[in-house]
Amino acid sequence: MVSIAQPQSAEPQSACSVRLVTSGARRKVFEKLMHGLLMFCAVVSVITTVGIVLVLLSQALPFFGEVSLVEFFMGTEWTPLFKPQHFGILPLICGTMMVAAGSAAIAIPFGLGTAIYLSEYAKPVVRDVVKPALEILAGIPSVVFGYVAVVFISPLIKDWFPSAAYFNAANACLVVGIMILPMIVSLSEEVLRSVPRSLREAAYALGATKLDVTCGVVVPAALSGIVASFLLAISRAIGETMAVTLAAGATAHLTLNFFDSIQTMTAYIVEVSSGDIPTGSVEHSTIFAVGLTLFVMTLLINILAQWILSRMREEYE
Amino acid sequence: MVKLKKLSEPTPETLGPLVMSEMTSERPTTSLAAPVVGTDRSSLSADEMRNLRQKVSAQGVDFFYGSNQALHNVSLDMPENLVTALIGPSGCGKSTFLRCLNRMNDMIDDTIVRGDILLDGVDIYKSRTDVVELRKRVGMVFQKSNPFPKSIYDNIAYGPRVAGVKQRGVLDEIVEKCLEQAALWDEVKDRLNDSALQLSGGQQQRLCIARALATFPDVLLMDEPASALDPKSTARIEDLIFELKNSYTIVIVTHNMQQAARVSDQTAFFYEGSLIEVGATTELFTRPTQQQTEEYITGRFG
Repeated sequence: MVSIAQPQSAEPQSACSVRLVTSGARRKVFEKLMHGLLMFCAVVSVITTVGIVLVLLSQALPFFGEVSLVEFFMGTEWTPLFKPQHFGILPLICGTMMVAAGSAAIAIPFGLGTAIYLSEYAKPVVRDVVKPALEILAGIPSVVFGYVAVVFISPLIKDWFPSAAYFNAANACLVVGIMILPMIVSLSEEVLRSVPRSLREAAYALGATKLDVTCGVVVPAALSGIVASFLLAISRAIGETMAVTLAAGATAHLTLNFFDSIQTMTAYIVEVSSGDIPTGSVEHSTIFAVGLTLFVMTLLINILAQWILSRMREEYE
Repeated sequence: MVKLKKLSEPTPETLGPLVMSEMTSERPTTSLAAPVVGTDRSSLSADEMRNLRQKVSAQGVDFFYGSNQALHNVSLDMPENLVTALIGPSGCGKSTFLRCLNRMNDMIDDTIVRGDILLDGVDIYKSRTDVVELRKRVGMVFQKSNPFPKSIYDNIAYGPRVAGVKQRGVLDEIVEKCLEQAALWDEVKDRLNDSALQLSGGQQQRLCIARALATFPDVLLMDEPASALDPKSTARIEDLIFELKNSYTIVIVTHNMQQAARVSDQTAFFYEGSLIEVGATTELFTRPTQQQTEEYITGRFG
């Protein structure tokens, strides 16, 4: 017993206690090993994140040595790849925000409506059909959505609005809206369903109708989680690359016309990194400046979403 | 006061053109403003209770969860302005029976009710019954306090609001009256806009009682309202039941036999889905006629 309590100092007194000491020590080494191994796994992702941020910063800094922050953030023209060069990121931010806003305008009402229907109204049979369908939708690669936008939606928009450019923002908004829809549905439905049954019963017992219960109790109780799902979906829309590269065009326009061709930040990065711009040139380093801006934008939105979600946990119980 | 009085005695207009209006025509003048002071009911015998007006009357009620029968031919009269306690071991069907009285079991899929349950002589399971109106008249307090994650004020005002009351003045009055009735007003009157979840467990349960009173029910169903509370809070809830029974018909499910003995006028003993015995509380606890009842109340099982 003594040897268990103080394995290092205890003098072995019998064969039995010797075995206790050795197996205890071996176990300790094993525990330490596992501890280190698991910590390594955790550290890898942290290091990767830190590394990416460092690379972004170190590559973007030379760029900001040549282009002032004022020009970068206030300039209204983005033409780094041809003369005369202009490095105003506003057209790219504007294009990104148009796609984010437009797709959110499509996905939020449909997504929330679907989530409420699934969690409050739908029979289990219906839910069993709709939810897998949404998961399939979520699993479609974004390049497929881009292809659908180019060959199917674009001609349709051209038919209805002949003045529209073939590659346009509306086109991208539609496909990105459909892409982020499953995310809003599954996250919102989860928070709606986690509203305790006792709250619903309390409301029904007061003579509330289904609509009263849904709009007056369940949705407000789940509101922070729902808003967080919107924000996560929007941040996904901002970061979406393939579909918008294909659908929205490659002309950085400072415009609010959804039928104009635009370029998003992600699409610009694709254009430069897949082209033949020499690395080390100012033109090439633009992608790091753009990437850094994009990173900060999505980071802020994700932090906001996390903060809202963590507040929700205190709300009932 | 005048406004409140008008509200507390629902007219057919406020309740809508429903089957319920038949019931309301007979409704006595109990109201928040003027509670009827009853006689000393602890002395009522079973025979005397039989001659009282029966507010709720269950006749041959069977209840099924799917193919599993939870209630077997239960017939029980609940006299007006008295407290009926439902006792029995866990799983004996007493909560199920209680939840039949305001059709809360409708919310559970695959359940069947047979038999009649009459509220003021009208069958509440008739197809033309408006369940929403029924639940306004038959309030419910749950085992676990379940305030909405809203302000104290909004919790109480929820029932009146879904019933269409919008004037702030009327709502203010209802909130104050109900909180006073639930003996909570003095504790919360300065923080009505605080979240209800900041209240203690006992306060939350009294808030739930106040919330149930805000729709001006005639019947109050309580499903083990004090089971999760400490003795002090339990005593307050029991005092409250004592106060409320002057104005409401109360049906309470309880695991605590002392509680049943303290607060109720009539006690019904359930066992394995059947009503074994019902009688005046004083009689049932002192001279039970069934052996199972005696064994249960003396603590030999359950």
